[in-house]
Amino acid sequence: MARLRKLRPSTAALALMPSFILVFIFVYVFISYTIRISLSKNWMPGLQNFAVAKPWYKNYYNLASSSRFQTDIRNTIIFTLFFLIISVTVGLLLAIAVSNMYRSKVFFRNLFIMPYAVSFIVTGVVWRWIFNPVAGVNLLFKYSGFDSLYKHTYGTTLQLQWMTSPTVVGNVTKLLNHVLPGSGFITVQMGIPIALLPVIFAAAWQLCGFAMAMFLAGLASIPQELREAAAIDRATGFRYYRSIALPSLMPMAITTLVILTSTSLKIFDLIYSMSGSGIGFATDMPGIFVYEEMYKALNYPLGTAASVFMLIAVCLIVLPYLIRFNKGHEE
Amino acid sequence: MTSGISSTVGSSKRSKRVQFFLLVLLIPIFTIPFFVVLSASFKTSQGADVSTMWKLPKVWSLSGISEAWHQLHGNFKNSLVMVIPAVIISSLIGSLNGFILSKYRFKFSNLIFTLMLVGMFIPYQTILIPMVRFLQMIHLYGTLPGLTLVHVVYGIPITTLMFRNYYVSVPKALVEAASIDGAGLFKTFFRIILPLSIPGFVVAGIFQFTNIWNDFLFTIVVIPDPSNQPVTAALNNLAGTQTVNWNVLMAGALIAALPTALIYIFLGRYYIQGLTAGSVK
Repeated sequence: MARLRKLRPSTAALALMPSFILVFIFVYVFISYTIRISLSKNWMPGLQNFAVAKPWYKNYYNLASSSRFQTDIRNTIIFTLFFLIISVTVGLLLAIAVSNMYRSKVFFRNLFIMPYAVSFIVTGVVWRWIFNPVAGVNLLFKYSGFDSLYKHTYGTTLQLQWMTSPTVVGNVTKLLNHVLPGSGFITVQMGIPIALLPVIFAAAWQLCGFAMAMFLAGLASIPQELREAAAIDRATGFRYYRSIALPSLMPMAITTLVILTSTSLKIFDLIYSMSGSGIGFATDMPGIFVYEEMYKALNYPLGTAASVFMLIAVCLIVLPYLIRFNKGHEE
Repeated sequence: MTSGISSTVGSSKRSKRVQFFLLVLLIPIFTIPFFVVLSASFKTSQGADVSTMWKLPKVWSLSGISEAWHQLHGNFKNSLVMVIPAVIISSLIGSLNGFILSKYRFKFSNLIFTLMLVGMFIPYQTILIPMVRFLQMIHLYGTLPGLTLVHVVYGIPITTLMFRNYYVSVPKALVEAASIDGAGLFKTFFRIILPLSIPGFVVAGIFQFTNIWNDFLFTIVVIPDPSNQPVTAALNNLAGTQTVNWNVLMAGALIAALPTALIYIFLGRYYIQGLTAGSVK
């Protein structure tokens, strides 16, 4: 018996090994290879030239000083902030409202999650036309008389340009150049690109149902005793949600935030099919940058450097979360 | 029996009525793209134009759908040939891993699990170049089996997590009883655990089917040749063509979205279970 017990765990470990080795190669070995390329002077698939760039961080320096990548970082920050705030808030409100329904509960739940089951390519192709200046929403404004009302009030015609708008609202470039060392490094207007707003809307439209599903699961797992205690204390309505539901939803909220942030930092498909890089890279993102540097410009060292940057950004969000998760299970 | 309690906590009756009203107001926003796709798909080429995208077809016609199917059926078949094996294999591997990780403890088992989970989150842009070189080495670059392999490997973390969470509810006594009877790990897994796993396979399978069907980045990198690509990438190519008619493009979107949409409509409950089961918590 004692021998058997000693033997069993190692069988288990051995049975797990093929998967682990496969994942280890496809994740960790491949990442190391990519990092190595990002440090090379001029690696190309044909000639495996691994000579290190001089200085070794040259590609990263070029990346950071490229105005396109600076634009991408600006876009990622704006996109992530707006997208998270909208999808988590809407998701939470939807979850509360849907959990309060009786007969229509399943209908609404399924309706709001439906977009999540469809690919970003499909929705992107459709949203591209809904937010096209000559079609979509602008047509609705025309039909509904909103256009003429606007003209009547402001004296100018309303012609929203959506994703083709070159406008960037606000500018903190000066401030940033003042704060950051090496002044004058940032060459891009750091503000809110208007062209990004329809894309943020489309992303939030598609993923707020995911946030809702997570919060619904969280609401359903609030222990019955807690609800009963709340009912006895007459903690109903707003007080119930503030003092009982929201605190117990916190773990779920963190999980949702981590998943949505990592989705947002990696966003590729939706941008690719909906807006592309946009005018003045107004809707460009690191994911698009990497793809185009690698497969269009064939500038592998720069492309891989940008991909390593994406990896670091995602890891900063995900690793603390996974490590906490790992510790939680070791106890 | 619990409805008495749950109707007293949460929102009041009047507030619930307001909430219902607000939810109804949201229906158009959540159905708009679906409306646009469906109404355009059934228009004739003459009656289809973006300037009339909000109008229902004057003449209902299947010509858009049949033209889109004519252009995309090969890619649709490619999707099935690639997705189905990828779903089955990654689910099977995930169930074995999930079983091991939920029922056996050994040195570094938690570390190994966490290291595998990282693979779920990494931006795939970081592995594209070595992945392509690897596929070229084993002569699977540009092929559907190559793409299947990629989806299997990068599907392992999520399926492992889903099955691990699923097996937590399977009593450990069952496994112990089997081992007292002399059954080894694999025998226990195939004879006792697998037959109990059908709901887990439905949840993980639907979730993986949707993920892999909807993938775009791996597809365009592993299979650059458009005629060999699955349907999601083919739709993007169609959208990039200048000459495509509006009804054909939207019918193409309908075709590309239909399998996952149908699964969602009929098996939505399992898909939603998968959403929450696949999150690390």
